[in-house]
Amino acid sequence: MELKNYKTSPQIYDELLTQKNRARHGLGDLAKFLKKSSLKDLNTRRHDAELAIRTMGITFTVYNEGENIDREWPFDIIPRTIMKSEWQRVELGLKQRLTALNHFITDVYNDEKILKDKVVPRDILASSRDFRKECVGVMPEFGVWAHICGTDLIRDTDGTLYVLEDNLRVPSGVSYMLENRNISKRVLPELFEDYNILPMDDYPTHLFDTLSSISPRPKDFPEVVVLTPGIYNSAYFEHSFLAQRMGAELVEGSDLLVGDDDFVYMKTVEGLSRVDVIYRRINDQFLDPEVFNKESTLGVRGLIRAWKKGNVALANAPGAGVADDKVVYTFVPDMIRYYLDEDPILPNVPSFICSEPKHLQHVLANIENLVVKPANESGGYGMYIGPRESRRRTAEMKRLIKSNPRNYIAQPIINLSTVPTLCESSIEPRHVDLRPFILQSERSFVTAGGLTRVALVKGSLVVNSSQGGGSKDTWIIEDTKRSG
Amino acid sequence: MLSRVAERMYWFGRYIERVENTARLINVNTNLMLDLPKVKYIWGSLISITGYEEQFANRFSSADERNVVKFLLEDESCSIRKSVTMARENARTSREIMPNEAWEKVNELYLYLNKNINHGVKRDGRHKFLIDVMNQCYELTGYLVGSMSSDIAYYFIKIGRNLERADMTTRILDVGCLNLLNPDHPEITEYENILWMNVLKSLTAYQMYRQHVRVRGRGVNGEDVVDFMVKDQKFPRAVLHCLGEVQRCFEALPNAEHPLRSVTRSQRMINKNDVIVLLNSENLHAFIDDVQLDLNDIHEQVATTWFSHELGGP
Repeated sequence: MELKNYKTSPQIYDELLTQKNRARHGLGDLAKFLKKSSLKDLNTRRHDAELAIRTMGITFTVYNEGENIDREWPFDIIPRTIMKSEWQRVELGLKQRLTALNHFITDVYNDEKILKDKVVPRDILASSRDFRKECVGVMPEFGVWAHICGTDLIRDTDGTLYVLEDNLRVPSGVSYMLENRNISKRVLPELFEDYNILPMDDYPTHLFDTLSSISPRPKDFPEVVVLTPGIYNSAYFEHSFLAQRMGAELVEGSDLLVGDDDFVYMKTVEGLSRVDVIYRRINDQFLDPEVFNKESTLGVRGLIRAWKKGNVALANAPGAGVADDKVVYTFVPDMIRYYLDEDPILPNVPSFICSEPKHLQHVLANIENLVVKPANESGGYGMYIGPRESRRRTAEMKRLIKSNPRNYIAQPIINLSTVPTLCESSIEPRHVDLRPFILQSERSFVTAGGLTRVALVKGSLVVNSSQGGGSKDTWIIEDTKRSG
Repeated sequence: MLSRVAERMYWFGRYIERVENTARLINVNTNLMLDLPKVKYIWGSLISITGYEEQFANRFSSADERNVVKFLLEDESCSIRKSVTMARENARTSREIMPNEAWEKVNELYLYLNKNINHGVKRDGRHKFLIDVMNQCYELTGYLVGSMSSDIAYYFIKIGRNLERADMTTRILDVGCLNLLNPDHPEITEYENILWMNVLKSLTAYQMYRQHVRVRGRGVNGEDVVDFMVKDQKFPRAVLHCLGEVQRCFEALPNAEHPLRSVTRSQRMINKNDVIVLLNSENLHAFIDDVQLDLNDIHEQVATTWFSHELGGP
């Protein structure tokens, strides 16, 4: 396979090759491997990977496809690589960030110091869709609300890694990260001999430890369950995967009940059995019809009551989503300075807050060169990418922003970095992002790498699997080569 | 184990068994029709076996071969298609409990059925189609026996399978009796031998019956068939055998007191009645009704004991 025709561009950072098509530091063996492999050989490996995905039953679900709701996971065999020396700094940055975010959530539901000191404006919270007044006065174990966080990182032209967003509600993707590694071990075994690649399959163990540590009965072996909205949820595969790997029960709302004693029980053939920790994969609004959405049949009546009494632990805690708002995001560097008295290790993407008149003016004037995002959406829904939109959509966007400025932020366009990707008949650059997962309770843990999502369409910057994205295995590589 | 998962396993067992039984029922009756071209109303009796006469009447005006087979293959109420869909749905939502290959086999069956169901309607493709469906069910059951630990999940599949089996046996016997005792069609008695053989074949019991019921001069007759199919302890589709299997599963489960009591009562009732006396006095239908009521009661006990929970704490 020739990499000579691989087109790098001066505006875009490629993770494997420099402008001169030379392999970056430490990645010579991977580049050499790609150069000497024929298209036929790579296609055979791709075929093996597809076969593995089918037999392992790795699927994700897309809404509105009627009967056939399970789709096979789209995977590219060429890995995305990061050297360990760089990763260690990223790891520290991610832990620092989540620590500050958890301080922030505790603060806004209790002392409101950061608001009183006017570091974060009060009206931003008042209008936050994910601020839960039911959580005021609550203090979960270790002051941690977001126990599991998926933070999206992107790399700009000059190689700087930026934080794009923090997913603190019910971040998904970790099972695909783990399965991607299993597949690439099967189809590229020789590269694992050349490189020291940090293993990642201990994640379920760390997740279980994190969840156990917040059990209200610390001395006993805790009953941990994964609460899923059910088979029709797009991440059902992951829910069942994690439950299986942790040896926890996978439950639906109707499997649980809150007793008169305000403890949570699951219904088993042995009778009712007490539950200590719920790793919930249901959004706040559906958790408890007694408190939130009255129509919800997914949740458990009385759950919030039991949680507030400290009889059951919820991960992530209800209300944690208040920090998962794109306007609040813009204040994270300030939070780090405020709570930790440290400089942020990982920078934010510079952002314009439309609710601030000066920013709003700038956004409306330059909208064609900006990315505009709704404050409370995830999965890439509702996103506006200036240079690519029609005039009609631009006018529509301006109208939406003006009618509800609080709901939007805008950012300059970051030229996401690229990674060589096996396309129809050649290897071509495709844009990627990276979602590492961070766990926090009494200790913090960061996955070695994360889920690399890749926009499979040429030139596209949209990496979401619901919108035609795929994924790659992510290798964190030891800087010194394997000896012998 | 979660009650919901146990319930899904139970229904999975029942639906797979129902698919196999319904397929065999259609197949055996298709063969019977070739022997008894004069007896038209036999197709209608298949609808009586399912107990969905009303749903059938809503959709079709006459109980001829085509309509009955269509109904049993693809109607929304109790057809093979419906049962496979339900079995698949139950398996799909308990994938973390069942061996992966079992899920794949259910899925294959589902895809096969949806692709080929038209072959089942016409006589020429029907035999192969139904044999394929039955074979896939055997394969699946065999796979579960060979690869699932004898733990709670497996017990619930087995309870479901055996209750469904006993239920189907009583239904087939019941209709057999009704046919033969039908005063509107006295001509049927001349075919008694063939009809009872047909009942046995519907229950895969003909060979075993021949080996185990050794009487001469009476042919294959109602008394012996019903006695064998209800009271035999060893034949897998005989009611008492099924109840024995269910009982052994109950004994291995927690809190089984009520279901056990219920199954023992039913066994005692069956043992107490002399089938030959019943048949002569035309009380057989009432007896089979009693057995069916008992099977319903056992199902209720299973559901209240293991699948549902009272609110308000342990």
